[in-house]
Amino acid sequence: MKAIGKTLLLIGGTSDIGRATALIYAEAGWDVLLTGRKRSAVQREADDISARTGANVLVHELDILLTSRFEDFLGVVSPLPDTVVCVVGELGEQSRAERELEHAAMIMRTNFEGPALLLGLLAERFAARGSGSIVGISSVAGDRGRASNYVYGAAKAGLTAFLSGLRNRLSGSGVRVLTVKPGFVRTRMTHGMKLPPLLTAEPREVAQTIFAVAEGSRGGDVVYVRRIWRPLMTAIRSIPEPIFKRLRL
Amino acid sequence: MEGWGRYPRHESQAIDCRLPGALAGTVAARAGLIGRGNGRSYGDAAIGEHATLMCRGLSRMRSFDPANATLTVEGGVMLSDILRSFVPRGYFPPVVPGTKFVTVGGMIASDVHGKNHHRDGGFGDHVSELKLVMAGGETLTCSPTRNSELFFATVGGMGMTGIIAEATFRLRPIESGWIAQKTMVAENLADALKALQQTEDATYSVAWIDSLSQGSSLGRSLIFAGEHATLDQAGGMPDAGRFAAKHAGSFSLPFDLPQWVLSKTSVAAFNELYFRAGVRKAAKTSLVHWDKYFFPLDSILEWNRLYGRRGFLQHQCVVPAEDALAVLSGILERFARSGKGSFLAVLKKLGGGSGLLSFPAPGYTLALDLPVTQEVFRLLDEIDELVVKAGGRLYLAKDARQSRHTFEAGYPRLAAFKELRKVTGADRHFSSRLAKRLGI
Repeated sequence: MKAIGKTLLLIGGTSDIGRATALIYAEAGWDVLLTGRKRSAVQREADDISARTGANVLVHELDILLTSRFEDFLGVVSPLPDTVVCVVGELGEQSRAERELEHAAMIMRTNFEGPALLLGLLAERFAARGSGSIVGISSVAGDRGRASNYVYGAAKAGLTAFLSGLRNRLSGSGVRVLTVKPGFVRTRMTHGMKLPPLLTAEPREVAQTIFAVAEGSRGGDVVYVRRIWRPLMTAIRSIPEPIFKRLRL
Repeated sequence: MEGWGRYPRHESQAIDCRLPGALAGTVAARAGLIGRGNGRSYGDAAIGEHATLMCRGLSRMRSFDPANATLTVEGGVMLSDILRSFVPRGYFPPVVPGTKFVTVGGMIASDVHGKNHHRDGGFGDHVSELKLVMAGGETLTCSPTRNSELFFATVGGMGMTGIIAEATFRLRPIESGWIAQKTMVAENLADALKALQQTEDATYSVAWIDSLSQGSSLGRSLIFAGEHATLDQAGGMPDAGRFAAKHAGSFSLPFDLPQWVLSKTSVAAFNELYFRAGVRKAAKTSLVHWDKYFFPLDSILEWNRLYGRRGFLQHQCVVPAEDALAVLSGILERFARSGKGSFLAVLKKLGGGSGLLSFPAPGYTLALDLPVTQEVFRLLDEIDELVVKAGGRLYLAKDARQSRHTFEAGYPRLAAFKELRKVTGADRHFSSRLAKRLGI
């Protein structure tokens, strides 16, 4: 494998999408730094990627809810990565979130607070350097709140808005900020759910999209992995609220 | 739950296992259990008597040491993943079966053989170490020198000694992903056996038999000998072409074909065309992509649906070389006479197998597949008698129906295998429908 001297920082290295993304970058000759909550679990993924590709893969323990440790973490990440991809997410259980404050807070903090703060810190460093790509994985669930998952959806909407603002601010600075919305993906998160085949992507397909968008071979700042989602979500967003509130989508 | 042949079908509780750390507890908690990889064994080998441990999630490679081309992987890693990662880097698995959609654990448990068995032995012969999760949940490291009895019971042991959590084996360095193939024509079975004998020096060799030809052309076949093409042979190709991942796409059979599609007439017509095409290519060396050479059927995903909803049986026997001509003639004659055209009939020379229940034995192996019908069972029982008389045996990874009598006659080291199961407690814990049927 040709080493090309570029580094990917992958936040959420034990998720199916994270793992697939790290593998795509490693196959392209990148060095990879994977983070995850449990060292042994991330190390297993790192060993796998390294054995498959021959790439350098390092791991770092990082819990997205422990925001007070972010500065320390970035202090030891050297050199600064060329691209950062944050795939951290937690669907949680909507009905439980309606009753338990703690569960709702965990969903909001995992999907919004943690990723936004961490990517914000990285953006500062990227801006100082004047280069880099920042990829946040948001969700179509953030495009409009729905009864079945609005706690998760609201957190993702927050992340989408945060990335949009960050992109606006860093426009012209040499730093690119990208929002990827995967739609349905066949992963552990959706295991056992009935998914419509036309709208459902495989983790590798999501990873390929992330790579293509972040490294410039596919255009767009806000990207749906399967293009069919854009007109679909445009339609769903344009339904007037008085009608929408009666629908079960 | 069912095997690749879709016969037989049994109830068994599926238990998912995704984390190696959870294996011990999951295994210990349930008896009447068998490990299952990608479900490509044909019959009832990977259907647990009560529960089936789904091992596909144990799919991480652990390490690769380029100094001696040694790869360590979890048992659920697919052969297709190994090929995808390592062919472009100039390595090939030491042994591959006829499909790449199998797991490493499954390849060891079946001690799979490939077109190079006459030279390189089975997959188990290239395993230097494995980690086995035992009945009580503890993990034991086995190798040909360490816990060697358990090692040789696990190679070819059809999962009945424990769950293969991890395995280490060597890859073979290659200079290109292409196979230099030479085709030879044999007008009858005697010629075919001779040709396989003559191609013994070739790394790969296998014969495709026209299973419907009778009389003086009984057993007429095409023999394919192959070598990994050298840099010189694949010369002129840029790196990307030399190790090209894949040339053509694959397609899935979207529905079950009705049984009449694979009739005697259609198989005979296919065989005639295929044979003639082979004759035209004879004696010339051509470069064939590895995927097409080793895994021609994989390009039709779900090809088991060719046989309709009732499923199909694969019959693969091995018989000693001395009587091979007489016995195999007898088998082919019965097939041809019955008009049960086999879409796929393959003949190959085998060396010995190293596991206690390894299928390969010195001699010739013949594989045929047939749609499930009532008459086919009778026909196969008759053929089994010929195999037993010749001192041959049937391949457990493909078996769905053989009798205890046939099985016990074919596997002389069965007693030692059972004893080892008793000593390790595996006999009270690991059991498949196949084990139950054959009294293992």
